[in-house]
This record gives sequence, C-alpha cells and structure tokens, in this order.
Amino acid sequence: MKFLGSLLTASLFAGLATFVSAQDNITAAYSEDGRYFTEDDIPTYNIGEDGAVDWLTYSGFRRYHSECHVCHGPEGEGSSYAPALKTSAIDMDYYDFYDVVVNGRKKISASENSVMPAFGDNPNVMCYLNDIYVYLKGRGTDAVPRGRPPKKEGKSDVIREDEEACLG
Amino acid sequence: MKKLFALTSTIALCTATMASANDGLAADIANPDQWAIQTGDYKNQRYSTLDQINKDNVGDLQVAWTFSTGVLRGHEGSPLVIGDMMYVHTPFPNIVYALDLANEGKIKWKYEPKQDPDVIPVMCCDTVNRGVAYAEGKIFLHQADTTVVALNAESGEVEWSAVNGDPAKGETNTATVLPVKDKIIVGISGGEFGVQGHVTAYNIETGEREWRAYSVGTDDQLLVDPEKTTHLGKPIGKDSSIKTWEGDQWKIGGATTWGWYSYDAELDLIYYGSANPSTWNPAQRPGDNRWSMTIMARDPDDGMAKWFYQMTPHDEWDFDGINEMILTEQDVDGESRKLLTHFDRNGLAYTLDRATGELLVAEPFDPAVNWTTGVDMDPESDTYGRPAVVAQYSTEQNGEDVNSTGICPAALGSKDQQPAAYSPETQLFYVPTNHVCMDYEPFRVSYTAGQPYVGATLSMYPAPDSHGGMGNFIAWDNIAGEIKWSLPEQFSVWSGALATAGDIVFYGTLEGYLKAVDAQTGEELYKFRTPSGIIGNVMTYTNGGKQYIGILSGVGGWAGIGLAAGLTNPNDGLGAVGGYAALSDYTALGGQLTVFALPD
Repeated sequence: MKFLGSLLTASLFAGLATFVSAQDNITAAYSEDGRYFTEDDIPTYNIGEDGAVDWLTYSGFRRYHSECHVCHGPEGEGSSYAPALKTSAIDMDYYDFYDVVVNGRKKISASENSVMPAFGDNPNVMCYLNDIYVYLKGRGTDAVPRGRPPKKEGKSDVIREDEEACLG
Repeated sequence: MKKLFALTSTIALCTATMASANDGLAADIANPDQWAIQTGDYKNQRYSTLDQINKDNVGDLQVAWTFSTGVLRGHEGSPLVIGDMMYVHTPFPNIVYALDLANEGKIKWKYEPKQDPDVIPVMCCDTVNRGVAYAEGKIFLHQADTTVVALNAESGEVEWSAVNGDPAKGETNTATVLPVKDKIIVGISGGEFGVQGHVTAYNIETGEREWRAYSVGTDDQLLVDPEKTTHLGKPIGKDSSIKTWEGDQWKIGGATTWGWYSYDAELDLIYYGSANPSTWNPAQRPGDNRWSMTIMARDPDDGMAKWFYQMTPHDEWDFDGINEMILTEQDVDGESRKLLTHFDRNGLAYTLDRATGELLVAEPFDPAVNWTTGVDMDPESDTYGRPAVVAQYSTEQNGEDVNSTGICPAALGSKDQQPAAYSPETQLFYVPTNHVCMDYEPFRVSYTAGQPYVGATLSMYPAPDSHGGMGNFIAWDNIAGEIKWSLPEQFSVWSGALATAGDIVFYGTLEGYLKAVDAQTGEELYKFRTPSGIIGNVMTYTNGGKQYIGILSGVGGWAGIGLAAGLTNPNDGLGAVGGYAALSDYTALGGQLTVFALPD
C-alpha cells in the first residue's frame, strides 16, 4: 500500500491520475471475511505469500469450468467462437462485466453470430459471479497460471453462510 | 416424382424401379455415383465401391473446385449428391445451398431459415449441424432451434415444417435425420440443460408427428413392452427406467439422442445410442439411470423397442453413448452373423448381434483407457454386461468436491460423434479417435429450466506417457477386438472417415489436412492442407464419369473449445516445459467445401 501511495502521488504530478486508477482495478487493497477488494471496492483476487489463492479465486476456477468453459474454453482462454474472458475481466469495467452476465449480449451480423445468454436467474452462476470474476482477473494478469490452483485459503464462515443463503 | 427429376437422368432411372418410399432412398444409396445419405448407407459403413481414385494414383489428387459457405462456425457432416445436384449445409444459421454440378456448381437455390439467435448459447459446444437428409424428392433440414423442414429438392420451397423441441428448455439440434420408409427419425440435443431425451418420427409427406420414444421415463413414454423388450436377452420388466432414478430426477435426466442412426431393412430395426444422464455430478442421481448410455433397437413403424444394452450404467464421466452403430455381416466362429459395432465415448468398442442384442466383444480401442478393467462377459454373472469401474477413477466413489485425476478417456471420449468407416474388403473399421485424459471434480448444482446444468469441473490433457499428441487414426478388428494399426496425430481426429474400393481410407485433421492412407497398412499416400481445421466427414461421388472426393473445412465444435487454447499441460505442476501446441497456431475459422479429383 505504501508503494501504491507513492506511485499515486507521483502520477498525480504527471497528470495521469485516471490511468493509475484504472491500473488499480487489480490490486487488493483490503480484505473482508476472506474476500478481497480494490480501493474502489471492486472484488479482486489475492495471492498469499505462500502462493495460496484466496477462496473465491479457487471457487471461481471450479465454477468457471462448470458454467463458462463449454463456450469460453479452458481457463478463460477463449474458444473458436467465444471471447477469452481472462481478457474481458481486465478490459471491462466490473459493473459492465456483471451486466453482460446477468442480461446477456448479442452480436449478430453478416460475419458474426455471437450470443451471450442471460444468466440472471441461474443460481449456479449468480451465486458465484464474483468468484468467477476474480478468478478470471487472476488469469488475465497471469497471477493465476493455467490449471488447478495448487494452494488455496480456507473458506470463511461468512462465505459459507452467504453461499447457502444464495443457493436457497 | 417423375416430373421433379425429369432433368436428372440418373435419378429418373432409380425412381423407375421405386416400389415404396423406403426402396426409393435405398436405390439412391445403392448408386455409388451419388452420396445420398450422410452416413454413406443405412448401415453407416461410409464405404464407397468407387475405385477410380485408388491407392496407386491417389498421390496425384488435385483440388478440382472449392466453395465458401459464408459461415465461420464449426462445419460437421458433409454435402449430399443426388444426380447432378449437390446439397451443402452450414452451421447456424443453417443455410442450405443446392449446387448444380452440371453447370459448374452454380447455386440453383439457397434456403436460409429465420431462427431466433437465442438458440445459439443454448447449444452446447458450438452451433454445428451434421447435415441434411434426402428422400422422396425432399431435402430434410433439422435446424438448431429444432424446427424440422422438408424442402422441395428441385426448388428449395418449404413443403412442410414441424417443431420438435423447445429451445427455452434447452432443447436444440445438431444432428441429421434418418428417412426410413414413410417416416423421418429425429433426435434431440440438450443433455447439459437437463432435458428429457427422446426420438421422434414424422410423416415424410405431411410432417405429422407419428410417435415419440423417450430414453428415460415411464413405460408408456419409453415405448417398450416390459415382457418383450430385452436387455442382454432378458425382459426389462416394469418401470425399468424410473426405478433406476431417485425421485423425479429422470424428468431432467438427459439421455439425449444427438448422434447417428442406422437401419437394417431385413430386421426392420433402427439403431442409435442415448447420451449421458444429467447432471455431470453422479452423486445427484443415484442408480443406474436407465436408459441413458444405451444402444437401442427400435421398430421404425411404431417406435417400440426390441432390445437395449446399457454400456455405462450410472455415468460418472460424461461418456455419451450416441456414437454411430455400424452394421455388418461377418463370420464369427465360422457362422455368418448380423453384427453391430459401436465405438463408445467410454473408450470401449462393442460388437453385438444386432438381431438379439447379444454382447459378443467389448474391448478398449485406445490403449490409454483406464477407468474400467473390462466388461463382464459371463452371461451367468450378476454383473453380466457391466464394466468393472476402477475405484481410483470413480468420480462417484471419490465423491463430490473431490478432484479425480488421470481419468482416461476424457469427457469427449476416446471417440466422439466423428463417424468411423468400414471396408467389407479388409473387414476393418477405420476409426478417428481422441487420445485425451482428464481430471474431473463433480459438485452440487441446482436446476433452472433453460440454463446449463453441468455440475463438474474438468481439465483435459493429452494422454500421459504416450506420443504427446491428442489423437490417433486406427484400424480396428471388431471380432478379435484388436487395433491393427494406429497413426498418431497431434490433435484429436474429429473428422468422419471414408473407405473406398480403391483400397484407401480418407480422413481430415484439425490442422486442416485431408489425408489418404492405405487401407491395409495405414501408409500415408496423400495429404493436402485445406483452409481451416476439418471436423466434417469425407464423402465421394461421380459427375460426368469422374470420381470426386469432398470435405468440409471449418474448425469448431467441441474441438474448437478445448483445443483452440491448447489443453492444460498435465506436467505443469511438475515444472515441465509446456509443449502442447494450441490449435490456434495452425488454423483459423472458415467454412469451405474442397472437392478433389485426379488430373484429366
């Protein structure tokens, strides 16, 4: 954080405040009940000193490969017909990303027939959307390599309770 | 009929001898100058008696002409040729082109259905379509949105259409249809969305629905006679399906029917396989989950089942049983038998007596297969016909939230839908295979209509301790249950094979090569790199007395998902350098038909 602070100050002088704020979309600034957030309160991944990923990133790995993999390819890499979500999670604003998952999106033209379905009423996606999002962010920055994360943080009681409440 | 084909002399000859609807298509199929059915013939042999192109001259093969389909997604299936007309289909939006081969392939008509694009994401694994069917002067197209249309083969006008399923519930289509007698037989996709799989017959003239047989369900839904329908020679009994499920899970139990269909006119039976039970989490569906993963023999007139054989009771790996059933007449122990040979996703090749459903051979057709030690072949045994599951690779026994590792084959199977060929001359089967293994972690999911219903995390990788590639093209002896030869391929072989009387076998590769090999030895005799990866099926026909070979390119399908990015390197955790190339380093999207011939 100290490093981040000085970087921010320096950048302000250079007139690059917005640029730095965009970079900030990745770094974890604080954690709450085993979940990690940026300074702007956007969910993000965290890699511990021992290389363990946070629980949501691990959970996102599992849920991604259940719900998203059949179109978007293994580990967010993209397929022959659906975009690489590891890139989308970095390039897109969190709220835009969320919106596309909930409401879907269509790109229909002479050369493209691309349709993202609306997952808004699918608990297997919606209860784990932040998990999937932070996992993909970790893939996008290569902080999380391909394959199953070998080490993970434990699942906090709050995450467990929230999961049960969400799945109903 | 006569008027319709007045222009094409070949067909006029065929129709002259036509006795019934069934005989009409049978005669068209018997004429090797045509490619009248996706599967080559009713027996699904994919064998042509044409021998102008043969092992001595195939090395001289050249591209004769090409045709862009204008669509980028995965191109499965093949064109049909009836007389001087060629019918080319595309993936979604499912365009059909009628090309006039007597007029330099000019587009005689084009049909493009209006379909709601919302069907696209409900289709598991790309928007492929495995081609149109022909009978009675009509072209039959089963669209992605499950609309079945009959098009006038001469004009492209819609003669009738019927709706087979509901995409809002996840019911979609990727398969072709099978014209038999006065009906067409139609399957359904959507096992990953919790649909209740079924096969339906429509009247060939009117499109009226004649019968529907569910794969899982109550006895009246199944179209079975509990006393007469058999499983391994014994009556299946009452409530044979629902008593092998817990509660109402069977209602969303999958067992879809998206593969190929074959027909034996003498026995008057159609053959096909049912797919995986849903979800992919076996803990959520205790029991054998009958009749998922089952080879089925039914009467085409009323759909009644003659016999079943469930290959993989209580699936734990997504080993759909939908791959083609290849019908042959061969000697077994000195006696001529009517056989059915099936290369299952589960890695075992089955040979059965197709009259009775008796199991004769069940052996692995990929040496990597490890989830089972083999099938119990003792008719007196309690576990007769069941595969013995290796505990280490049982995702059921290891339990929910446990990652079972090193399972071979992977979910896409030692072979998927890409159809094998059979040569009556060599009595060998030529099989495109996947050489891929997986880790599989099942977990609990809840069902929402029209939403994916999967419940497992998978990672896939080339079979360890092998040649490093993800595929093989093999020759198989279905009586001995042995591989005769095996050609290693860098990627899964996802193209349907063609065997010919020219002693050669053709297949395509995911890099885009069309290859011809010696039917006896497997020696490579010819290859040509087409513009995109091949997941279509090789076909052949003649025009103006000259033999042609046709293949659709256009990478996609299941192969486009896993392989576009390259599969996970199993050795990553061990620090090995990842050497597994991604398919995207070799090919890009693009739908094209390439037609080959010998130089004049």
